[in-house]
Amino acid sequence: MSVVASDAARGSVEAALRGRRVDLRGSVFKGLLVLTLLVALVVLVALVWTTWTTAQPVFAERGWDFVRSDVSALASRAGVWQGVVGSLILIAFVAVVALPLGVAAAIYLQEYARDTRLNRLLIANIRNLAGVPSVVFGILGLVVFAQALGFLTGPDVNGSYLSGGLTLAVLVMPIVILVSMEALRAVPTSIREAAYGVGATRWEVVRSHVLPYAAPGMFTGTILSLARAFGETAPLLLVGAVTGYINTPSGRSPLEILQGPYTALPTLVYSFSKQIGDDWRANAAAAIIVLLVVILVVNAVAILLRNRYERRW
Amino acid sequence: MSSEHTAPQLLRGNAKRRRKERAVRIAFQAAALFSLVVSVAIVVALTGQAVGWLFDVDLPMLWGDGWFPRQDEFDILTLLLGTLLVAAVAMLVATPLGLGAALFLSEFATPRTRRILKPILEVLAGIPSVVLGYFALTVIQPDVVTTVFGGAGAFSFLSAGIGVGILTIPLIASVAEDAMYAVPNALREAAYGIGARRRTVALHVVLPAAVSGIVAALILGLSRAIGETMVVAIAAGATGGALRTINPFDGGQTMTGAISSLAIGSDQVQGSSLAFPALYFVGLCLFVITFALNVASERFVRRVRKAY
Repeated sequence: MSVVASDAARGSVEAALRGRRVDLRGSVFKGLLVLTLLVALVVLVALVWTTWTTAQPVFAERGWDFVRSDVSALASRAGVWQGVVGSLILIAFVAVVALPLGVAAAIYLQEYARDTRLNRLLIANIRNLAGVPSVVFGILGLVVFAQALGFLTGPDVNGSYLSGGLTLAVLVMPIVILVSMEALRAVPTSIREAAYGVGATRWEVVRSHVLPYAAPGMFTGTILSLARAFGETAPLLLVGAVTGYINTPSGRSPLEILQGPYTALPTLVYSFSKQIGDDWRANAAAAIIVLLVVILVVNAVAILLRNRYERRW
Repeated sequence: MSSEHTAPQLLRGNAKRRRKERAVRIAFQAAALFSLVVSVAIVVALTGQAVGWLFDVDLPMLWGDGWFPRQDEFDILTLLLGTLLVAAVAMLVATPLGLGAALFLSEFATPRTRRILKPILEVLAGIPSVVLGYFALTVIQPDVVTTVFGGAGAFSFLSAGIGVGILTIPLIASVAEDAMYAVPNALREAAYGIGARRRTVALHVVLPAAVSGIVAALILGLSRAIGETMVVAIAAGATGGALRTINPFDGGQTMTGAISSLAIGSDQVQGSSLAFPALYFVGLCLFVITFALNVASERFVRRVRKAY
């Protein structure tokens, strides 16, 4: 009742203050602000549209053959299959390494750590790491994972699945930590206090009270960061994602595969874009379409998860 | 349960439970400390290799009329100017678009329009940078730079800068919007109470109150633009050497572009062994610049948190 009354009052006050004049400059200003978002929309649409029209002949002519073919020096035979497989292996590796580490670090910083100088330094350091350019992580991967740990990651100093995957994992970890901390922070203290009140230890509180409520937020954030890793190209150039033909003999053990040469979908987009000629350009566009489809699917899953499990306290 | 179990010490549980508790805590702490190890590794790897390289080159090689690693000409200024040029174009694109979007979403949009328009930025943020590089090369350069500004050639700093700018919009918008959102409603209501209009409130109350956060957003955007690699590697066009230039219509080399083209080996096929390790030195410069910018923006963000 009172809400309606105050709304009506505000309306009449506003009308009186406006004095029946139309606030033209105000509307123009608002229109300009909307325009900024529309420009972003136009860019998005133009990007998808031009890419699709360039890629369309490739899909029309070759269809699944483009997705299922290996990399080739011939534009008419080149495909992205090795890149798709490579990217999926890399992402699986990143998920296995970066998610547990990142979530554990977030739990420590948010649930365990006191406000000491060391812990403040840790958090500041993580924020900084999240802002370090991805090429720099590539250099780290080259020096540490590909060269110094070469006995572990494979004989080729230029890189392997292992060194590429570790590099991406280290790149994604700070982002995973930050989004997980945010999700943990959103769980109200009363939930924790209820658990402490019945005698739970800290780990028990975290495991059975905090984590279940924070999990949806964590999942969404980490899925989005995996999508980012999926599209990441620059660090992979340094840890040796192959841009040309790549030989994948069958009958290798899983370790040999992980220590062997690799390529990734965004790397193929890059190498196709660098080639000269219209048919390569069409290939690059088609590879982009495949890449965008994967990323959009992943993002859509994350957004659906968020909308389904989002909780207001 | 007998009454002795309620004694406070016993609530801590038996030895096994406490051991488990300690182990879990140590594991979590180790994970958190790992991030510090990563930072130290970055600094050590970069400085170690870069200093080694600096000992190997003759210092006059660092000064010349261009960046030609194959001919032992490592003019860092060429890369620095290229980077600044791209970043400046990017900021010219991203500042009005990002801040405008933030101001609209935070001050003018109803919850419904917000739900419809916000995803534009979220989708844009999810587009990989290689894709923007391709877009800059195949659309921005021929259709925008050539037709509107009359540039020539297949590559230019301008098209790369516009591409990087598009990538930077979502970051600037989201950090700036957070800052505007943090401005207390009491300030807005006070202004409305004395008859201010929406536009007045947005421009003269919210913007000044959120200014530190907005500066932080711009600095972060600049740092992102300087560190962006793939757009530059594809659309700025220099694989290999480049002359020093400050003309945005020229193609050329930036710090990130130089690192990537050294890495994929287009510069090490022939030529001296000094070429490849040069990327460590360039990487160190890049790291130092972006680190300084990130620290600066964190300062500004903290100021917002203190104020409200």
